[in-house]
Amino acid sequence: MCGRILADLGADVVKVEPPGGEPDRLQPPFVGDVSNNERSIPWLAANVNKRGVTCDLGSSHGRALFARLAGTARVVVESFAPGRLRELGLEEGLRDTIVVSITPYGQDGPLAGVGGSDLEVTAASGSLWLAGEEGRAPVRTTQPQSPYWSGMYGALGALIALQSPVAQRVDASAQAAMATVHPPAPVWWDIAREEHRRTGPFLLGRSNVGSRFRNLWACADGFVSFAIQGGPIGRHTGRMLAEWMAERGTVPSVIAAIDWDQFDNTTLAQAEVDDLEAAIAPFLRSLTKAEFFDEVVRRKMLGYPVSDASDSLADPQLRARDFWRMLSPADGLPPLPFPGGFALFDGERPAVRRRAPRIGEHNAEIFSEAGVGPEELARLRAEGVV
Amino acid sequence: MTEIATRPAARTHPGALSGMRVVEMGFAAAGPLVGKYLANFGAEVIRLESRVAADVFRTTYPPFKDGIVAPDRAAMFAFYNDGKRSATLNLKHAKGVALARALIGTADVFVESFTPGTVARLGLGAETLRADHPGLIVLSSCNQGQTGPHAFHPGYGSQLSALAGFVQLLGEPDSTPVLLYGPYIDYVAVGYGAIAVLAAIERRTRTGAGCTIDLSQYEAGLQFLTPTILEFAANGRIPGRAGNADAIAAPHGVYRCAGPDRWIALSVWTEEEWRVFRELTGIVGAPTAAGRRNARRGLDERIGAWTATRDRDEVVRLLRRTGLRAAPVLAISELFTDPQLAHRGMWPTVTHPTIGEMHLMAPPFRLSATPSRQDRPGPTVGADNDHVFGEILGLSLDERRRLERDGVFE
Repeated sequence: MCGRILADLGADVVKVEPPGGEPDRLQPPFVGDVSNNERSIPWLAANVNKRGVTCDLGSSHGRALFARLAGTARVVVESFAPGRLRELGLEEGLRDTIVVSITPYGQDGPLAGVGGSDLEVTAASGSLWLAGEEGRAPVRTTQPQSPYWSGMYGALGALIALQSPVAQRVDASAQAAMATVHPPAPVWWDIAREEHRRTGPFLLGRSNVGSRFRNLWACADGFVSFAIQGGPIGRHTGRMLAEWMAERGTVPSVIAAIDWDQFDNTTLAQAEVDDLEAAIAPFLRSLTKAEFFDEVVRRKMLGYPVSDASDSLADPQLRARDFWRMLSPADGLPPLPFPGGFALFDGERPAVRRRAPRIGEHNAEIFSEAGVGPEELARLRAEGVV
Repeated sequence: MTEIATRPAARTHPGALSGMRVVEMGFAAAGPLVGKYLANFGAEVIRLESRVAADVFRTTYPPFKDGIVAPDRAAMFAFYNDGKRSATLNLKHAKGVALARALIGTADVFVESFTPGTVARLGLGAETLRADHPGLIVLSSCNQGQTGPHAFHPGYGSQLSALAGFVQLLGEPDSTPVLLYGPYIDYVAVGYGAIAVLAAIERRTRTGAGCTIDLSQYEAGLQFLTPTILEFAANGRIPGRAGNADAIAAPHGVYRCAGPDRWIALSVWTEEEWRVFRELTGIVGAPTAAGRRNARRGLDERIGAWTATRDRDEVVRLLRRTGLRAAPVLAISELFTDPQLAHRGMWPTVTHPTIGEMHLMAPPFRLSATPSRQDRPGPTVGADNDHVFGEILGLSLDERRRLERDGVFE
């Protein structure tokens, strides 16, 4: 992901894989459910906009070739186990290059070298602790998130290092990355010695008397995110809800009784919150996600549908901003909508301009740019180095 | 452990971003955290704020030191604005706007996170500022972007995380989705915001041109969900919540250990790992990952029964010793003493003038030659007015007193 972000920004990012391709090329699911090394969806997501070469770092010729290629780069991104670059004898040659290392726990310290997948580093970051229902096991997001977080921070580290006159190491840790994603929980512990915990669909920290507010509700075809809130926009939201309920039938008495100009959610006891929420639940259950979304936008209320991938692709805001970029993920396959560049720069969105590379697709052009002649390349091919 | 990566004992180089000046106006997390990371690496970041319309992190969001609500007792502000300066300006006053404009004229970067159109109405829109100062980089970060039919729809990070599709992917399949605790998506936008600013700086070094950056927190968040979008578009399946199940590994889950609310996370990825796990624990299961995935419930129950009577940390040590992947589900209270995070200096301690001793959060990536610095907590309101208006803008003490009387620094 780190390389993907730099590539999105226009950098010429070259993916170096072992001959035969990296194992991540076979991560499910696959485009069209056909399992091959050009169709892994998570792999494609991380590797568009790059060029690709193969190079066997297990052979001395391969390492020499890599060193020549790395000599043309300002940044090298790697995710080997800590110390592996040095074991391969590659570290010395990278003294003048920014080296970004992304690992589960970091380059040194008591857990350096300990293995960890998304689940373990999320657990070790405190993030898992905060998600799930009371009394049940903590849960993680089905789409693994830590590779994205650590890749994003690795790219940020690379861009900061590029501003410095000295070449240096950027050591990104997935555990540390995931420890940044769940404020304000650490602050509550640090300042007030309050341990926040998972509370399922309820939101904590909005009440002065310890009440919690439901934030996720069943609707006719899924779920919506909505809450009873105070503050100017929260009061407006409540007023609009009462009006909307009146238009659709009757306003429950506990809602009708509220003077929204004076409404303060921070002082409501839990029983009062429960009564209000019981009155709102049937109304929200009668609406589809799309109906809910249209009306909250029209009435300028706080609230959104709990969208899934199909809703995201239909969202008028994203379409109006020309967010989706169609790209065929591999030769002969129909184009798919990729999220476009993450920001507009002077009104322009960086393009998703190049499909992910086939194994060794750019060996000839890239190694020639690094000064490897055709004969030498043929020899390296014959030796199985590329 | 590699030699190059170890943390130097003393700072041998100035910060990587030293010499860069950032002026920032915004509230809560999504805008201001961009400035925090830049400040941590040496940029001079000046927070322009108002005593009248203060940041919600100063006025509304608990916790406050000793529960007393006051701008300089707000821990969220102090935690997420470390390394910055604070100067106060009343932007409803024409002289306040003129001073803001003059200050931004001395800066490399201006970061704002208000509702679209707000800074332009104040006379601080990107076009105006860049007309004065063509090399300026302006980052505008907001919920859904500066343009489009929903640009002005109010929203906040927790609910935007639902709209973007994160919430849909979290929870048990037999129950409702659950929250990601806080405004998850805001922090994604923070990382991308800082990246966008530095990419624009890099381009300016080559071309001299400034840049206006329109960052939609919604669009930034969707980057992290690319595979779920592709899965639906390519295969017609809508990814949903699946507890802790994984498409490859089995077992892959979180299991209760001895003691109150103690849990272990573990996963088994290869045949060899399964053999080691089975021998170590005596837990039986199908020989192939596919077989174990298909019989997930029974396998999870057997593992849960095995861990239930055992100490979390002992099981973690046991499994790690054989190279298996396992980790404690750390409670938030355990983060500050976690040996690995402590080794990385993740939670440095500082003394805040009102709050007293408190922790800060270091960036989760370390630079070996120009490490980050966290030695100053978020500033008190207007702590740097003299520096900003006196030293940077060159206003005499008399002028500053006059402006103060006129309410320009409110």
